[in-house]
Amino acid sequence: MNYETVIGLEVHVELKTASKIFCGCKNDSKSEPNTNVCPVCMGHPGALPVLNQNALELGLRAALALNCKINQHSKFDRKNYFYPDSPKGYQISQFDKPIGEHGYIEIEVGGERKRIGITRLHLEEDAGKSTHAADGSHTLVDFNRTGVPLIEIVSEPDIRSPEEARLYLEALKSIMEYCDVSDCRMEEGSLRCDANISLRPIGSTTFGNKAELKNMNSFRNVQRGLEYEVERQRELYDAGEPVVQETRRFDEATQTTISMRSKEEAHDYRYFPEPDLVDLDIDDAWLEQIRASIPELPAAKRRRYEEDLGLPAYDAGVLTADPKTAAYYEQVLAAGADAKAASNWVMSDILGALNSEGKSFAECPISPDHLAGLISEIASGKISSKQGREVFKAMWETGKSAAAIIKEQGMEQISDVSVLGPILDEVIAKNEKSVADYLGGKDRALAALVGQVMKATKGKANPALVNQLLIEKINALS
Amino acid sequence: MSAKTVKDILTSIRKGETKSRDWVQQSLSAIEQVDGELKSFLLVDPETALQAADHIDSGQVSEGGLLRGVPYALKDNIVTKGVRTTAASRILENYIPPYSATTAQKLQAAGGVMVGKTNMDEFAMGSSTETSAFQKTANPYGKEYVPGGSSGGSAAAVAAGLVPFALGSDTGGSIRQPAAFCGCFGLKPTYGRVSRYGLIAFASSLDQIGPFTRTAEDAAIVLNAICGHDPMDSTSARGQGEIDFTEGMDAGVKGMRIGIVRNLPEEGLNPAVKAAVDEAIRTLEQAGAEVVEVELPHMEYAVATYYLIAPAEASSNLARFDGVRYGRRAEASGVIDMFERSRSEGFGMEVKRRIIIGTYALSSGYYDAYYKRAQQMRTLIRQDYDRAFATCDVILMPTTPTTAFKFGEKADNPLQMYLNDIYTIPANLAGLPGASVPCGFADGLPIGLQILAKPFDEKSILRVAHAYEHLRTFAWQRPVLGVAE
Amino acid sequence: MKITEETVSHVARLARLAMPPEDLRQLAPQLSDILEYAEQLQQVNMEGVEPTSHPFQEVNVLREDAVRPSLPRDLALANAPEQEAGQVRVPAVLEGSGGA
Ligand SMILES: [Mg+2]
Ligand SMILES: [Zn+2]
Repeated sequence: MNYETVIGLEVHVELKTASKIFCGCKNDSKSEPNTNVCPVCMGHPGALPVLNQNALELGLRAALALNCKINQHSKFDRKNYFYPDSPKGYQISQFDKPIGEHGYIEIEVGGERKRIGITRLHLEEDAGKSTHAADGSHTLVDFNRTGVPLIEIVSEPDIRSPEEARLYLEALKSIMEYCDVSDCRMEEGSLRCDANISLRPIGSTTFGNKAELKNMNSFRNVQRGLEYEVERQRELYDAGEPVVQETRRFDEATQTTISMRSKEEAHDYRYFPEPDLVDLDIDDAWLEQIRASIPELPAAKRRRYEEDLGLPAYDAGVLTADPKTAAYYEQVLAAGADAKAASNWVMSDILGALNSEGKSFAECPISPDHLAGLISEIASGKISSKQGREVFKAMWETGKSAAAIIKEQGMEQISDVSVLGPILDEVIAKNEKSVADYLGGKDRALAALVGQVMKATKGKANPALVNQLLIEKINALS
Repeated sequence: MSAKTVKDILTSIRKGETKSRDWVQQSLSAIEQVDGELKSFLLVDPETALQAADHIDSGQVSEGGLLRGVPYALKDNIVTKGVRTTAASRILENYIPPYSATTAQKLQAAGGVMVGKTNMDEFAMGSSTETSAFQKTANPYGKEYVPGGSSGGSAAAVAAGLVPFALGSDTGGSIRQPAAFCGCFGLKPTYGRVSRYGLIAFASSLDQIGPFTRTAEDAAIVLNAICGHDPMDSTSARGQGEIDFTEGMDAGVKGMRIGIVRNLPEEGLNPAVKAAVDEAIRTLEQAGAEVVEVELPHMEYAVATYYLIAPAEASSNLARFDGVRYGRRAEASGVIDMFERSRSEGFGMEVKRRIIIGTYALSSGYYDAYYKRAQQMRTLIRQDYDRAFATCDVILMPTTPTTAFKFGEKADNPLQMYLNDIYTIPANLAGLPGASVPCGFADGLPIGLQILAKPFDEKSILRVAHAYEHLRTFAWQRPVLGVAE
Repeated sequence: MKITEETVSHVARLARLAMPPEDLRQLAPQLSDILEYAEQLQQVNMEGVEPTSHPFQEVNVLREDAVRPSLPRDLALANAPEQEAGQVRVPAVLEGSGGA
């Protein structure tokens, strides 16, 4: 039988605030254990939460960027459950009035645009970090992460393949980075993803039993975990065996998913309105102010690069995937560079060099102005493209401008006909055979003559011009 | 030795007649002398208290403090940094808080000197202080009688003259009811008037800290020191400005409108209590107050409403006592087992009972029928008071249906115990300020007159109470168990 | 609503309270009484009545995103029944025992 895959994703994103969501402790879960904790985030008796305005505004910005309808009257609720790293025995979260609902993300699948619905986006606090002893004897708990602000983004079950899931996550990450609400480092846990996946016969409108997948710590693992699950569930259905509704863990070592075999009773979180916090009332003016703080988002930017700058779709995609790349690219353009030339240099040379050295744009030794300078030296014919690569390398190493390097290394191309003329004449005079060969129809002989000119000028002659002048001069001989 | 008011002590210290050390020493001696029998304190720290007094006396603390040099006690659910705080529960038997409640900080900043922490019902759940895991506090008017609760220790300590004032907390009457039972003044301020930061939560939307004193005037002085918006408590009221609660309190009741409740539920109301309250109302009327009738049609539902909302919030508030970061931890091999055993060993029966009711009321399938309906009823009760206060300045009624009962008398019928809170609970549901002022005796036990006002109008309460204290002398009566006048 | 011992036992488990049988026997009828008493709320027409979860309708109480000093670690952990390497030590958490 043929099956359709149905996937919904639940993503937790850590917000980039200075302090935690309900107390003044530093938002930094990577410090020495239990050094960013206080009575509030450790759940001491009597301690009370007070909402961080920045966390709320970042959450709203994210919700707007994901096209959500904002609940201008919103509130917090308690989600009750016991776990050693949940210090109060409940998580402060949002239940029936999340700050955002009914949003969507656009992805591109096989050249087609597709909308993935977002059911809801809500604010909540993170839990602490539990480290389980390998021998199963005990668990150690660090509370630095408790109270770190999170947004939870729940998608509609609109995702139809593991690849779409990855594309959705990439698009989501990109939007969050553009809005500057989170670092979205999945490996470090600042973006975490759980997936619900089920299969159903094609044409069916009901859902099959789903597996909830946890513990996928990279985009690749999300795709792999889901791919494994599709196969596992398909085999079960084909064999006429039931798919058990359960939580499964992605196992990195075997690249499979493993049942967590929960003996636990069904969760009953006993949500109720958080009495320690007051309601939120977000008026239009406040909302507009937040909306205005959202920069051009990747989808709009990509469209603009294609339509206004005439870049190929591929280039537009690469340049807009990360806001820092786009910002760098746009600064190169602002310094006067040609759009396509700038795109080529940024995509291959700059990104390549940054990646190979593990550097960020902030550490890039070549400023956008300098890159634009290099592009213009090549465009004006002062140096060849080949020389351009050497100049680029020197710029990368020294941080100097293209002009300075060209000057220092005496690399200016000779494009002056009055300088080149006598050299060409001499080469023609000394290479009668090659000249004769060329005149006899052997086009390749011309390359040898060009080579001689380049040798005589130590590579500085403008090769295109040399080519053109040689042909003119030889033809004039005949 | 004599039991003086906060005002007397402040005046004497300011005049240079006495020093803080004298009063702190007197308080400590009184505790030494009486508390062996009264058992109102869970912890007394003479050394620290005397040090603090000397510190004040040596002039190292600013002169301006509103309570400069005055000894006081805190109910043991108000956390004090470095000083054991238990909420009278086994689960917190050895808990040393790493921070102090805002009220504790404010009292200290005002120059007050804490002598100790008082007994209470475990986690403030009870009306008799019998649910304390550690000891039973006696009623200063009769050893075999309960002091009321949950702030029974604070009420008894003030009534017996061991301290001139103490703080308690009131979730469903826990300040007013023990004040009535022990014959002292107890004020529950408007919800949000006093910060809850550092008050070990029972029911967050109902809890409020307030003072026990001998007089209304003392309560005004203490309230001046502890009120105000606290940036650490989102629910503490903003924009109330600087208020002096003593100002205008001696204006008398002439021209004030006193509301009495038509069809007040009177099931279980002791005739002697009713007579004393009626007599108090007549007294105020004779002093020039105008008496008007008001209706509180939903009052009969208050107890049912309260006993769903309070346990629901409590079940969640008490989830943090899990044996992980502090408090009692039972031996166990797995973590769930550890949670269940620590909590089972650590909590007493009344606490467990309320956790179970609250968990049930919030659990899947029952939320709408119980919790949500109770929240809706809360709206109707609030609206009743809004309407009533459109025609009067204060509402008077008994604080409690009876005088203090005997130990064990109501212990095995929780519902009967709960029904006794009928007169105090509505103020918590509506967030109103309320006080209990002594208004007579029945068989030697004190009776309390309850005075309620609209939100943030504690001044009307204090004005009526102050006037009444000067019309009738019940507030000046001394108990058998306590310091002589 | 009659509350059975099984119901009390289920709720006690949600609340993470070990409940010996004698407690269940004592609690079940008491809870029945209390909830039966609470049934009176069912008799009132509440249609269109907004629930109250705070006595007063304050909104938007927010704090500035500023870092304040945290507790020194030894003070933060001083009450922990067991600690190890600056962390709180608890008995083993088995897979599937909860989490959000
Ligand atoms: Mg979540
Ligand atoms: Zn903190």
